[in-house]
Amino acid sequence: MAKTEPAATRIQAESQPPKPSWLSKEWKHLKKNRELLLLATPGVLFKFVIAYIPMIGLILAFKYFRYDQGIFGSKWVGFNNFEFLFKAQDAVRIIRNTLLYNITYIVLGTVAALLLALLLNELSGKLIKIYQTTMFLPYFISFVLVGYITNAFLDHKGGFLNTMIGWFGLEPHKWYLETTPWIFILPLVALWKGIGFSTLVYYAGITGINTDYYEAARLDGASRIQMMWRITLPLLKPLVIILFILGLGNIFRGDFGLHYFVPNNVGPNFPTTDIIDTYVYRALTKLGDINSAAAVGFLQSVVGLVTVLSANFLVRKADKDNALF
Amino acid sequence: MPNTKGFNLMNGFINVFLIALCLAIALPFVLVVIISLTSENSLVQDGYQFLPREWSVEAYRIVFQKPDPLLKGYMVTILITVIGTFISLLLTAMTAYPISRMDFRYNRPITFYIFFTMLFNGGLIPFYIMMTQYLHLKNSLLALIIPTLLSPFNIMIMKGFLDKISKEIIESAKVDGAKEFRIFFTIILPLATPALATLGLFIAFGYWNEWYYALLFIDNDKYIPLQLLLVRILSQIEFLANSPLAQVADKLAYANFPTLSVRMAMAILAGGPMLIIFPFFQKYFVKGITVGSLKG
Repeated sequence: MAKTEPAATRIQAESQPPKPSWLSKEWKHLKKNRELLLLATPGVLFKFVIAYIPMIGLILAFKYFRYDQGIFGSKWVGFNNFEFLFKAQDAVRIIRNTLLYNITYIVLGTVAALLLALLLNELSGKLIKIYQTTMFLPYFISFVLVGYITNAFLDHKGGFLNTMIGWFGLEPHKWYLETTPWIFILPLVALWKGIGFSTLVYYAGITGINTDYYEAARLDGASRIQMMWRITLPLLKPLVIILFILGLGNIFRGDFGLHYFVPNNVGPNFPTTDIIDTYVYRALTKLGDINSAAAVGFLQSVVGLVTVLSANFLVRKADKDNALF
Repeated sequence: MPNTKGFNLMNGFINVFLIALCLAIALPFVLVVIISLTSENSLVQDGYQFLPREWSVEAYRIVFQKPDPLLKGYMVTILITVIGTFISLLLTAMTAYPISRMDFRYNRPITFYIFFTMLFNGGLIPFYIMMTQYLHLKNSLLALIIPTLLSPFNIMIMKGFLDKISKEIIESAKVDGAKEFRIFFTIILPLATPALATLGLFIAFGYWNEWYYALLFIDNDKYIPLQLLLVRILSQIEFLANSPLAQVADKLAYANFPTLSVRMAMAILAGGPMLIIFPFFQKYFVKGITVGSLKG
């Protein structure tokens, strides 16, 4: 008798119309998508470990971290770590430097790349390829090597820059120990390294423009300057705006390689070369204040998210198709 | 045709300007090569010159006399480039394919999950603590491979390519009873070869020039990739005193050791070969860049 009961209930359950429970429906979907899901699983798990778990570590900004106590064992200290933002001049300095340099790189890079792309577009023939390849060369080397190359110019004893200014009768400088020159040196190096890349992006944008526009303009007797001003530039505008805004979105993320290897990590030039990223790195590897670094790192992550989201919002407003999400 | 003359004149100006610019861009490279070929005497006396008083291959002779650090650097770099590129390509394609399938139910949440990491992250300090204190990856080859293994940017490029593959091929394979795994490995991957080649070049380029994670995670002499070797030589000449190179220095008496030209010779031997090889693939870089920047 005991055996028949479950059998009876089973029959009963089967004869009832299947309940459209959310869970069982989802289970069915899961089974149907099982294989594709499995394919994506390694990547998803990997990102979980490498990107999502460290997000928990952001709480370090509110803790007094000690290696022996770990992330969770360390004491909570509230907003203590953030105090240095208002006290030490370090904080003001690295945030100011990060923002000002990034703005300079974005403006300078955009204007120069746009100009060069327009000039390249005026030419035809084999020379274009040579120009492109030459401009692209610095893109292929690491910032470590850029550091070597700038060192050949800036070295105090034999650097070529001192030789050059010597031609005009100027005294040699100790570049690595000074502050003001870096305001010009760093953007120049950034331009040298990145110009080939961004020029090609804009040049590709220009070559993508329908040639009919130019044909029509030529028939109407437009000059080349007019075509550049009235056709090429307006049609490039969306691309320029989007890249510009995306650059602004990343304004809190500094270029570590540029600011670490080119000024050669020398203390005396920190007032004009140190950015958030180099500061955090030093705090971590040298004897530094890891708690202040955690606080400023927290700020960088959070403010970074806000700026990227605002940038995307602006792109959406300008041109919906080009928004990131 | 009064205009043609004006055109040619303008072209002339543009060409002159661009040639001058390209010279300015290329000359720093030339200077480094020349410094490496200058005798130490000339360097000490006249500084770095484009036309040195005395040429010499002494620097290269010294490096090749004891090539161990350089060869080891090449070995480590080649190793992480090959292994890293292979795993990275596979992982990128495996992640990009499901989210390129519009009929995949979890398409949107996974896409968001991946791209959110581009917008927000824990920053350097939590990542560093996790890698060293919890995963114990300090001083390992994995520390050089893992951090850049799966970039949302690459997934985006890959997805862009995969979107273009006709869905009918997949449908008909499904009708024939093929499982998704088989479809991916025997149909999608072969069709995506051009994309894989472009992306593979990108990834390999990244691994080859990788120095950031080496700087963070490697502090013994076992796994020094080329770029880190260069960092060490650049940042401290004292490096010569406590590295394998020091033995050479000892023989030559440290005072006479041509550090300046040797430094530049090392830079050229470490960075030069790729500077010659990469430009040949410039076309693919441009392709990847334009896809990436226009789409995101």
